[in-house]
Amino acid sequence: MGDYLLLAWTWVRASAQYRTSFAVSIISSFAINALDVIAIGIVFTHVTTLGGFSLREVMFLYGTGGVSFALADMLFGNIERLSQHIRAGTFDTMLIRPVSPFVQMAADGFGAHRIGRLAQAAIVLGLALPVVPWSRAWMVPVMIVCGVVIFTAVFTLGAALQFVLVDAPELANAFTYGGVTLTQYPLSVYGGQLVRGVTYIVPLAFVNWQPALYVLGRPDPFGLPGWLRFAAPLAALLLAGVAALAWRAGIRRYRSTGS
Amino acid sequence: MADFVLYLRLFQYGFRRHSTYLAAALAGAFTNTVFGVLRAYVLIALWEARPGLAGYTIAEAVTFCFLTQGFIGPMQVFGRGLSFGDRIRSGDIAFDLVRPAPLLLWSLAEDLGRAAYLTLARSLPPSIAGAVMFTMVAPVSPWFALSFVLGIVVSFGWRYLVTLAACWTTDDRGMHTLSSLLTFFFSGMVLPLGLFPGWLRTVAEASPFAAMVQVPADMWLGADPPFSSLAFQLFWAVALLGLGALLTVAARRKVVVQGG
Repeated sequence: MGDYLLLAWTWVRASAQYRTSFAVSIISSFAINALDVIAIGIVFTHVTTLGGFSLREVMFLYGTGGVSFALADMLFGNIERLSQHIRAGTFDTMLIRPVSPFVQMAADGFGAHRIGRLAQAAIVLGLALPVVPWSRAWMVPVMIVCGVVIFTAVFTLGAALQFVLVDAPELANAFTYGGVTLTQYPLSVYGGQLVRGVTYIVPLAFVNWQPALYVLGRPDPFGLPGWLRFAAPLAALLLAGVAALAWRAGIRRYRSTGS
Repeated sequence: MADFVLYLRLFQYGFRRHSTYLAAALAGAFTNTVFGVLRAYVLIALWEARPGLAGYTIAEAVTFCFLTQGFIGPMQVFGRGLSFGDRIRSGDIAFDLVRPAPLLLWSLAEDLGRAAYLTLARSLPPSIAGAVMFTMVAPVSPWFALSFVLGIVVSFGWRYLVTLAACWTTDDRGMHTLSSLLTFFFSGMVLPLGLFPGWLRTVAEASPFAAMVQVPADMWLGADPPFSSLAFQLFWAVALLGLGALLTVAARRKVVVQGG
């Protein structure tokens, strides 16, 4: 933990040396992600509800999923650059240092500019908060924490996959960035099979969809059991366990490229 | 004739250079397909609520979605610059500017080779997957192929300008981000431009970005009178390449070769 903070802070200070560049990065990170919200806004100029959810409710889903992803991406997202480090041979140096390679990977090149993405998602969430009834507001921080754990686990699984597929790191993007794109819209717009897949196999439905059904007081459009909406912490822990095992297995079978 | 052989070679090199990374291209195609599926469901929900929106049927909207996912590779919709960007930073660009073959045509030939390979590796898989999982419509207009190539040329013209701009700006990252922002949003990648409201739609449809994605996709769907669309693409291709040629001349004056 201390190591992580020290490494991350070093990178923040390094990038803050180039002020203009740093500011431009924050603004671009904000603007690129704002495009998704603009797209949602344009969609809602043509309809009043999408998949049975109003604009505010979709923004609530977008905001919670977005904040979770932005935090996971900022804190641990750099792990996705594993294949670059393997190919360049820099991963080898991480293995012989007295700090966990996971911590080093996550903190390496810590992108403070990703605060732009976080700010953007937080603003959308703030605008959507009026749909949350007071009595159920406690669920919002719970779902954000679970979302961070789930996305971090997905990032880690994607990285673990790169131990095997060094040449195809982009494959992981389908699950990380694909995952956050999935959570931007109510899952009721997607097909039943896809939704069962992201409920029982890759538990992205627990990032925001299932808890949001509770917060918004909605019946499950797919008729899945009601207790699932409180199962986010369980799903997050399970997935984190799987990711940790996969990461360890990856490190154990890792052979240096020798470069 | 000798020129033609040279550019053909460069085209082949561009193709071969990218074909080395087959696994990466297939991983990219897989990711593009996953995003295609997610986008398709959102569009289907929208079109089920509002049939005939923007003049598309549901099947046409789904076709639009997977076609444009397939354009990401060849048209470089994320607006990534050309490979000589690194050579500007290192200074090697000085050699490229004094070669007997102009930098513009040299990199165009290479980029077309790259696009040809990515068409096979990253356009076909999402389109086929889309056709298997959803209902898609077959191409209506035989002019699609020409429109597709023009889309690539317009995309090249734009990226050439963005890359060469690094000769004047010290930090090219902001420029690249701006480029990907504009390309992604105004090309029709985020949503079909027909859904954009009022003036935003007018601006987007007149932009060179529309010529990269929206126009070729519409050509497949047979929605437009083909010749005015092709003329629109040709206009942007000539305008951007012309501007690129002018900027190259300016860059030759700007770049100072240090002796030693």
